[in-house]
Amino acid sequence: MNSGIGLATLRNAWQKLVAPLDWPLMLIAGMLLALALGLMASASPERINAQLINMAVALVVMRVLAQVPPQRLMHLAVPIYLIGILLLIAVALFGDISKGARRWLNLGFMRAQPSELMKIAMPLLLAWFFQKREAVLRLSDYAIAAAMLLVPVGLIARQPDLGTAILVFAAGFYVIFFAGLSWKIILGLVGSAVAAAPLAWTLLHDYQRHRILTLLDPEKDPLGKGFHIIQSTIAIGSGGILGKGWRAGTQAQLEFIPERHTDFIFAVHSEEFGLLGNILLLTLYALLIARGLMIAANAATLFSRLLAGAVTMIFFTYAFVNMGMVSGILPVVGVPLPLISYGGTALVTLFIGVGILMSIHGNRMLVQK
Amino acid sequence: MEFKNPQEELERFRSRLAFAGGFVLFCFGLLFARFVWLQVVQHDYYQTRAEDNRIALVPIVPNRGLIVDRKGEVLARNYSGYTLEITPSRAGNLEKTIDDLAEFIEIEAKDRRRFRKLMEESKSFETLPIRTRLSDEEVARFIARRYRFPGVEIKARLFRQYPGGAFASHILGYIGRITDGDIEKIERVEQEANYRGTDHFGKTGLEQHYEFELHGISGHEQVEVDAGGRAVRTLSHSAPVAGNQLTLTIDAELQRIAEQAFGDRRGSLVAIEPSTGGILALVSVPNYDPNLFVDGIDTQSWRELNESPQKPMVNRALNGAYPPGSTFKPFMALAALELGKRRPEQAIADPGFFNFGGHHFRDDKKGGHGMVDMYKSIVHSCDTYYYVLANDMGIDNISSFMGRLGLGQRTGIDIEGESKGVLPSQQWKKERFRKPEQQKWYAGETISIGIGQGYNSYTPIQLAQATATIANRGVMFRPHLVKYVTDTRSGEKRLIEPEPLRDLQLKPEHLDVIRNAMVGVNVEGTGARAFAKAEYQVAGKTGTAQVFSYKGAEHKTETMAAHLRDHALYIAFAPADQPTIALAVLVENGGFGAQAAAPIARQVLDYYLLGKKPVAPAPADEAAVEGDPE
Repeated sequence: MNSGIGLATLRNAWQKLVAPLDWPLMLIAGMLLALALGLMASASPERINAQLINMAVALVVMRVLAQVPPQRLMHLAVPIYLIGILLLIAVALFGDISKGARRWLNLGFMRAQPSELMKIAMPLLLAWFFQKREAVLRLSDYAIAAAMLLVPVGLIARQPDLGTAILVFAAGFYVIFFAGLSWKIILGLVGSAVAAAPLAWTLLHDYQRHRILTLLDPEKDPLGKGFHIIQSTIAIGSGGILGKGWRAGTQAQLEFIPERHTDFIFAVHSEEFGLLGNILLLTLYALLIARGLMIAANAATLFSRLLAGAVTMIFFTYAFVNMGMVSGILPVVGVPLPLISYGGTALVTLFIGVGILMSIHGNRMLVQK
Repeated sequence: MEFKNPQEELERFRSRLAFAGGFVLFCFGLLFARFVWLQVVQHDYYQTRAEDNRIALVPIVPNRGLIVDRKGEVLARNYSGYTLEITPSRAGNLEKTIDDLAEFIEIEAKDRRRFRKLMEESKSFETLPIRTRLSDEEVARFIARRYRFPGVEIKARLFRQYPGGAFASHILGYIGRITDGDIEKIERVEQEANYRGTDHFGKTGLEQHYEFELHGISGHEQVEVDAGGRAVRTLSHSAPVAGNQLTLTIDAELQRIAEQAFGDRRGSLVAIEPSTGGILALVSVPNYDPNLFVDGIDTQSWRELNESPQKPMVNRALNGAYPPGSTFKPFMALAALELGKRRPEQAIADPGFFNFGGHHFRDDKKGGHGMVDMYKSIVHSCDTYYYVLANDMGIDNISSFMGRLGLGQRTGIDIEGESKGVLPSQQWKKERFRKPEQQKWYAGETISIGIGQGYNSYTPIQLAQATATIANRGVMFRPHLVKYVTDTRSGEKRLIEPEPLRDLQLKPEHLDVIRNAMVGVNVEGTGARAFAKAEYQVAGKTGTAQVFSYKGAEHKTETMAAHLRDHALYIAFAPADQPTIALAVLVENGGFGAQAAAPIARQVLDYYLLGKKPVAPAPADEAAVEGDPE
């Protein structure tokens, strides 16, 4: 009997543990993580254990977030955002410099990268803002939202960290877009952005300009700036339809692919698993995004909707920018392949997103109840 | 404030979601199109590029062919050793790198100088040796610290080695690092691919002339390399074929005895097998050590060699041009016979001088030799006889005959850069001088030509060849150093066929006259002391060439500055009736030929004909003046 009770208790605990989880999301994320481990075993086997720990931490964070109701998140929006801004200012003033950029804040016991926090804090704040103004939304509110968005984006771009700036900007922009900013204004903004491009060019850092120039013609500088792009394109192209096979990619195994366990892991995937592997990966991301959009569509409150929509589109942005840059149609900005690239910070951020989606999904009937 | 319909708001939100979904699909479609482009359409191109990335063809340098003497003694060989090499473009701060290396590997100032010289001559991406011949322990010490030294590596290489050191250096020559000029030569014979991994090239001597025989055929290894260029594994391998072996006509022991016979004097000796043109010994002393050049010579040693007043880098046998002095007389006599200008028994009365055009041409023997016929003129080296003869023959007759004997012509020996010397003629003077009054040939100039002075200027090898031609009854062969080339792959021996250059169609009775007179030289004439008690018959002629013109003044050889002393010469062939060796000896500033040159010839002939080895260098025979020092 004892064992029966024990089993029942265990089953009970398990059910409690998994109750807040969304199984379609869990399944897709699980497949991506499995793929990530497979690729890590090929690109950088010595990092598997470290990445397993990162995954475990990220899943715990996800599980915690999945149980936090959206209303609670809403309360946290403003403080998190303000802390984020303060930290960004602190980085600008006292941050550590690594690889020519001031991105890290040394807190004594750990080093933090506050810009990462903004990827979640930004949509959270804007979703909170639009929820607050739901009844009385005016055009001027969009301007306020834009200001709240551009302050951290500006601070991050100054570090300089173009990749994160783009991601944070995108995250905030999705909220504003889903909140209903009129098409006229969107098209107007896009138009003026195109017009302002030459001006922006002058504001870019040298290395950022190089990356853009390199994208336009990587062969011009085959051993310098163009090397990454050329080698990753060769890896992808030589993979063919079926790929060279797991751990058999010459570009990857012979170290021609730079940063092959982080930002360029997609080249390893592409080389070893070919076009079929790419289709699989695109499909998994598409399913993940579809599930996220579905959760957004059925969310209970405006806050939940906007947050879910924006978080989902962050996944898309990560995936598209990363695969685009590795395959040579976008400039190289430091954006990892979501859920696959090595590294704990991005993984935790992304699983916070998954957790939020699960929480929103779990609380979709709240109002009706 | 406008009224909001929640349902309408939701619809609008969902339409935005739908748009976002569409946008996602569109962007993923772009990616998909890109993937299809790269992985399907362009796949072959990228496949090739990945292969090119991955596979490197590493040449394997073949073992350079050996050089051995006619009896198989090895004169040039290879040994394998480790070198410490630096690629300057990858090494960062070069001075610091070398200083750091010097902490655990011995690097001498000489090594640094040599490295600096190599750097000036090469491109920065080439890898250059800083130290050669590392010991196993040094190799181990470097391997342990390798990570600290990007652009520095240990390489196993084959080195050329000349086991005899300076011995026979002017024959062998040396190899050195490939220069742009060498690359041009390689391109001319379309051997670029074969030389891809080679970094040495024959610079002088046989190493230069037979470069393409000695080099061999490069093998190659297909290796998989990583992005850092390090070989990961070997995919395929083709073995190199070692270079062909040269077997020389040189007799190393004879060469050694000849070199040693000079002691510390400067000079040259060329000994030829008359019936083939094969060179038995070719001496130019002082020698230099060709091993110095193999790893790249350092600036200081190079300067020392080049600036030495002894001029060890000059191959005197081929590039030293000297007046032949009295060794010219047998050739003059032969010319006179052939041209019908003299009969052997025709004699002149020699008063000890010859006056011509107000000029007093002096014989070395005061009061003259009395009645002098052709035999006596050679045996006692009578100048007056040849003053008169030269005047009778005229410069152009002399010139054309001597030209047929090969004097003043390149012999075509298998070493590059041979000098022509000067065979004076009216034509030569016209071409040589610019001013019209200098271009004219004066009959008075012909007189001193007759005794081997004046404009006459020939290389020792030309004298040896002319002597060999007389020894061989008028049939002249091209002098050569290589007897046969052994093909490494087939083992086949390719004989270098003796190449008869021309048959001078000399009358045997004329040749006999000259030979008898030359035999007489060593029996009762100027060479008699040097060849006292010789167990074979030698036909020879001594000679003394003036370095300085004394204009008829008395000159006392003993009291003169060493570099102004006359050059001593001696030509000979033996055995006189069936010659197997013909030679020419020159001792720079050696004084009389009979004193300095003939004793050297004696040692060489004693060994070659009798197998007798001398115990000491040929002593200069100060007493051997005998009244007529030519």
